[in-house]
Amino acid sequence: MTIYLPIAEMSVDVFLILLMGGGVGFLSGLFGVGGGFLMTPLLIFIGITPAVAVATEANQIVAASVSGVLAHMRRGNVDFKMGAVLTVGGFLGSSLGVGIFTFLREIGQVDLLVQLSYVLFLGVVGLLMLFESARAIFRMRTGTATRGKLHQHTWLHGLPLKMRFRRSRLYISALLPLGIGFFVGILAAIMGVGGGFLMVPAMIYVLGMPTAVVVGTSLFQIIFVTANVTFLQAINNQTVDIVLALLLLTGAVIGAQLGTKVSGRLRGEELRGLLALMVLGVCAKIGIELVSTPEDIFSISETPGFGL
Amino acid sequence: MSLSRQIPRSQRLVATMRAAIALAAALVLLQIPADAARDNALAIDLSQDLIGISTGFKGADVLLFGTTDGDGDVIVVVRSPDSQVIVRRKERVAGVWVNASELIFDDAPGFYHVAASAPLEDLLPTPALDANQIGTDHIAFKSHFHTSRNQEEAFRSALVRNKQRSSLYTEGLSAVDFRGDRLFRTRVALPANVPMGDYKVTVYLVRDGEISDRSESLLQVRKVGFEAKITEFAFEQAPLYGLIAVIIALIAGWFAGFVFRKV
Repeated sequence: MTIYLPIAEMSVDVFLILLMGGGVGFLSGLFGVGGGFLMTPLLIFIGITPAVAVATEANQIVAASVSGVLAHMRRGNVDFKMGAVLTVGGFLGSSLGVGIFTFLREIGQVDLLVQLSYVLFLGVVGLLMLFESARAIFRMRTGTATRGKLHQHTWLHGLPLKMRFRRSRLYISALLPLGIGFFVGILAAIMGVGGGFLMVPAMIYVLGMPTAVVVGTSLFQIIFVTANVTFLQAINNQTVDIVLALLLLTGAVIGAQLGTKVSGRLRGEELRGLLALMVLGVCAKIGIELVSTPEDIFSISETPGFGL
Repeated sequence: MSLSRQIPRSQRLVATMRAAIALAAALVLLQIPADAARDNALAIDLSQDLIGISTGFKGADVLLFGTTDGDGDVIVVVRSPDSQVIVRRKERVAGVWVNASELIFDDAPGFYHVAASAPLEDLLPTPALDANQIGTDHIAFKSHFHTSRNQEEAFRSALVRNKQRSSLYTEGLSAVDFRGDRLFRTRVALPANVPMGDYKVTVYLVRDGEISDRSESLLQVRKVGFEAKITEFAFEQAPLYGLIAVIIALIAGWFAGFVFRKV
């Protein structure tokens, strides 16, 4: 069964889209990432224009994240205070990111920047997480785990505006989550994703938040950042395809619930290891596309956009 | 859903009726002495003059019928409105393929189809093909910047090649069938990714290497029903559309969370 998408202006298979939404939704519930870094390249792969893919994906992530957050809230795994501070940074960052994106679009090099940021950030984050989780798993197996300090004290802890985050069991400067939200917000707007795959490791390794709280809190702030992006895209570019978004989110909300259930059965370091492998897989695929000789070195586009 | 399914069916009925009328008209024309029909050496009609894009749209076929007043070959050109197209060329920089140069063409049709009863080059000399933009090799694209002739040619053929790959530029040579000497027909296939707009259908009657007559018709391609409403909403009330998109996502997410709590 096919359906014609009014904004994307193309005909797609309904079941393929539902399946894609379900699969990515499952992973999003499992890892606490929005899934945009998987879905956006997938949508472009099936022929949706990058502009529509990025904007519609933001809309879909809103639904997947709400569904995921509800499941985590019931377990008390959302630090709302931390989420609120991250969201403030995220709003500012994503607004600046859209500005940078528009500028690069005008000078015609945004496609390269998008692909390179995918390869760079997915690569670095994936490798870091893979090594860390492998070490944690190895330590546990050999029984050499030692109870160390909760976290290392560095210059980051000397920053002003200290705030207490009870759920995360942290007493740190509000500038830290603000800065992280801001930075991830910029990259999220440029890469057309929610930014969970960057936010989750930043919360664990930079803020030192407990893994259990990280996933729910990340999803919580993604809701607001992607809702902002959806709204801005609809106003500026009219590229949000509500029919495509509905199909994707129907699959995604169901997948996300199942993913959240499974995530409760896996250890934190195992989850991080699996996420790392997936992140590296996407990174490798885009990397290979960048260096392999294209079928046709010429490409066409109707608008001065980017061709991921 | 049932409403949107009825639209193509009724269109098909109209198409059949129109085809019958065209055929009847053709038969009447054939009876008329040649000198009386001299002003109208060519008469054409389409099986439908509106392609309505609704939820189930998967592309469409349009039948074009026509009659001539005697010998001669026929060329059919179907062309959508022109729009701007950017052609980019990649180059390898430090191992990575980068869009290194681009050329902007202002007058590229979004869709272009040509069909003829014989190879174009046998029918008309090159200057005539160029002047009337008959054939994908003869479309006049105006490039935005001044470049060398060789450069422009490479970008021009890349544009045609890319459009052909997505079935938007098609050539159906010897795809115009003659039934007897005077009655002809051809099928124009519009893929699911056709651009919207008022398409111009031009039929040329060719005799002895010259265009002896031409006839034009209009083919509208536009969204209808639900698809048209959504698009109109998205463009004319963008902030409200964005807000509703967000609210739908919030409700869908909350609803799924609510349903699954019970499981």
